[in-house]
Amino acid sequence: MSAAAAASTLPTLQDALALGLTADEYELVCEKQDGPPNVLELAMYSLLWSEHCAYKHSKKLLRTLPTEGRYVVLGPGENAGAVDVGGGLACAFKVESHNHPSAVEPFQGAATGVGGILRDIFAIGARPIAVLDSLRFGEPAGESGTRTRYLLDGAVSGIGHYGNSIGVPTVGGEVYFEGPYEHNCLVNAMALGLAERARLVRSAAAGEGNVLVLFGASTGRDGIGGASVLASAELAVGDTSAGSDSDKRPTVQVGDPFEEKKLLECSLELLQRDLLVSLQDLGAAGLTSSAAEMASKGEVGIEIDVERVPLREADMEPFEVMVSESQERMLCVVEPGNVDAVLALCEKWEVGGAAIGSVTDSGRVRVVAGGVQVGDMPVRALVDDCPLYDLSPQKPAQPVYPAPAATLAAQATIEQTLLALLGCPNIASRRPLFEQYDAIVQSRTVRRPEQADAAVLALADGSALAVSIDCNGRRVAADPYRGTVETVLECAANLACVGAEPLGTTNNLNFGNPEKPHIAWQLAEAVRGLGDACRALAAPIVGGNVSLYNEGATGPIYPTPVIGMVGRLPDAHAAGNLGFAREGEEIALVGPFDPSADASELAKLRGEQLPDGLAEVDVAAVRGAHVAILEAVRAGAISSAHDIAEGGLAIALAECCLAGGIGARVALGEEFWQATARAAPRLRALSPAGERVTAALFGEGPGGFVVSGPSAALGELGERATVRRLGRVGGDALTIGGDDQLSLAISLQELALAHASLEELFS
Amino acid sequence: MRFGVLQFPGSCDEVDALRAAERVGEAELIWHGDRDLRGADAIVVPGGFSYGDYLRAGAIARFAPAMESVIEFAREGGPVLGICNGFQVLCEARLLPGALLVNANRRFTFRQLELEVVNASTSFTRACVEGERLSIPAKHAWGRYYADEQSLQMMHERGQVVLRYAAGQNFNGSLADIAGVCNEAGNVFGLMPHPEHAVDQLTGGSADGLKIFQSMRLAVDGAAV
Repeated sequence: MSAAAAASTLPTLQDALALGLTADEYELVCEKQDGPPNVLELAMYSLLWSEHCAYKHSKKLLRTLPTEGRYVVLGPGENAGAVDVGGGLACAFKVESHNHPSAVEPFQGAATGVGGILRDIFAIGARPIAVLDSLRFGEPAGESGTRTRYLLDGAVSGIGHYGNSIGVPTVGGEVYFEGPYEHNCLVNAMALGLAERARLVRSAAAGEGNVLVLFGASTGRDGIGGASVLASAELAVGDTSAGSDSDKRPTVQVGDPFEEKKLLECSLELLQRDLLVSLQDLGAAGLTSSAAEMASKGEVGIEIDVERVPLREADMEPFEVMVSESQERMLCVVEPGNVDAVLALCEKWEVGGAAIGSVTDSGRVRVVAGGVQVGDMPVRALVDDCPLYDLSPQKPAQPVYPAPAATLAAQATIEQTLLALLGCPNIASRRPLFEQYDAIVQSRTVRRPEQADAAVLALADGSALAVSIDCNGRRVAADPYRGTVETVLECAANLACVGAEPLGTTNNLNFGNPEKPHIAWQLAEAVRGLGDACRALAAPIVGGNVSLYNEGATGPIYPTPVIGMVGRLPDAHAAGNLGFAREGEEIALVGPFDPSADASELAKLRGEQLPDGLAEVDVAAVRGAHVAILEAVRAGAISSAHDIAEGGLAIALAECCLAGGIGARVALGEEFWQATARAAPRLRALSPAGERVTAALFGEGPGGFVVSGPSAALGELGERATVRRLGRVGGDALTIGGDDQLSLAISLQELALAHASLEELFS
Repeated sequence: MRFGVLQFPGSCDEVDALRAAERVGEAELIWHGDRDLRGADAIVVPGGFSYGDYLRAGAIARFAPAMESVIEFAREGGPVLGICNGFQVLCEARLLPGALLVNANRRFTFRQLELEVVNASTSFTRACVEGERLSIPAKHAWGRYYADEQSLQMMHERGQVVLRYAAGQNFNGSLADIAGVCNEAGNVFGLMPHPEHAVDQLTGGSADGLKIFQSMRLAVDGAAV
């Protein structure tokens, strides 16, 4: 394209609007460019100024989050955050979403989500050691069932395809099925990596005259506009006409885990040999984003010759080369004397590599094709000058979400209720999903899924990392502030159950359209809760991601601030288990657990509307219980520990029985209610008695653990936290007694059958 | 005793196999492009997705320069262990009879499994006793063992069926519950489950897999005497 031709075909405001910019933003671009931008420049601005890249509706909120702490090595702003894990090592970790691509094409959407988060980890020089995932779909039964199964099957297969093929274990995750996700599923993937702390690499470009080398896969037309058109706009639900979501399928990238495996090994060897000045992966917005970010961080300029980029398809326009989201590519800065060595190593790993440009002192991103300039933009304008917007949060006057359809009869017995909960999609065993993932490659996995509340990964010095990912969107929808606080506490509780204390936190804020006041309110309240809870737990945020516009014609998703938390325990051999272990040991409820049926899984089965708000949380008391539990686990004093979550105490007891393959005999007798009067006044005050028992068994709330161990150990635990003794481990059934009204026994076999209900989704 | 562990682009479990072998002897990685096996006394072809497994599992890896040397090494009687993708590679290289087809459930499946030792006299199982149960994890999508009826009968007669899935454990639908087979000479052995992932109770769910590596050590040491 000659300069003259470019001038004659300058895009208009209409083109800018089609690319997702507002009229005001377009005007600002013109001002920054001293005139209307050409096609390439407009394409680059539209991507870098998209919500996905610029965080323009969330950045002001994110600045309120705690990001510093004693273990933080790398905070937000790099490809991934990192915490110190001792022995000179750092653990890098981050969670990212790939929601809209997965809604359009679940297999590739989920697969490339895993590929993208893994590149973030090795881009800072860390070897990926684990993947976790967080998934949300519509209900698997009823009208939405067929689509839910298609999305679930595709996403799970895609995650497995990528993770299994690349030799990184998938060690944990979570999945929920709720109506509001029917038309906007969520696929979030988290990865962890290990690196020598001193060898972590940053992405800032530096050194005028240094060479930019692009390596990995060649560049094609896939994923063009993914960040703006797909990720930063609402989906067109149920629309099958032209312009519908199925037409957006070409904006979804296609993943190749073999290419990424080579890229991973090649990148780590390049770093190990000290051949790179800096390194950056290519993700959303491709070369545009990577080059601009590297230049911005290094406060330098960059020049790229698109004709030197190895292409998959001939005749790609310069703007297409710059915005392509072709997967499995990295960009690095290399001193001129090392370029040959870098390219030779690329050849060893059978990875393509090409010098495509250089670092300049101009402070501009300049794009040339052959000798001809095709684009020239100030780095600062591209990266820093996108306008940030204030939200207009307003608590909604009316409920945002319709009540779910009732699936449990109002007069159901306690036994029927327990089995219905144990078999409901949000509680049933995740085995049919996690069996599709390699959880053990790299020989670090000390606790596999369903063995403990958190995954545990051994380190060479005998200590271990623990990691958990969680979010109960329904409770966040009921109360965005307290629901988010509960989510953070839940992650820390999971870590406590294996004996780990938190080191740091990552988050993926999945919300609807922030330009709507009620969504802005959800987002602002959730971020406030996230900050308060992370400060209280001394678990700072080291990185994260924001995914907005998750809604369509049928309304927004539940607000879903997915939290990933990494902790450490000193002795891998002392890692806790969730299953009951020994006949005759005592079982207790530990912690200030004061449950209510509000916003619980039981309330959902009963078809109840979400309440307006959740009960206040005594964070300090809950934190105290966490510390008591993690210390008892580390000391080897107790045999099992399990955090009470969805389905309440009765479901936690059933899960402990199933995981241990042994029954339990418990009673909510006089002693329990006396202790409850002190520890859980809200629950004790419920009437009539039937509702009180139901809430005690199935109610939800933070701060409760089911623990088993020798009687003396539970006595000692009682000096640190509230301990309510429930009964003993033994037999081949879960027996719950109390009074004339409460007496049931369900065999392990029956429990297991109910718990296995998700199997049919994959048959 | 020195193990050589092959490394292809796309290998995933080569470091796990290396560490497992190091528990019973010396071990080093051998790059797929090298023909030199550097004096290894035994070879491990590890798990993973060699060359992405894009044509057919193991189909490309068998043509690697290192594999040409392994084929020669095997013909001269050297002990060769193929694990998962390595088993597929050895079948593709015709060092082992039969083939591995897509799992009966058509899905990648990871499970800790119970295996039964059918033949405890091989170079790979002599640290076990016949009928012994081993707890070893499996993780694969293409693990359904298949051989024609005549070959199968000959393999049974010659003791080439070395390991089988215990009752109720054969999730991939392998013929005759076959989990691991050796060649007629008994120096090449392949199995779908991963013994290198069961060498430490902490991360393996058991340490039963170590017996495969210990057996190889016994065999090599015995041959050297």
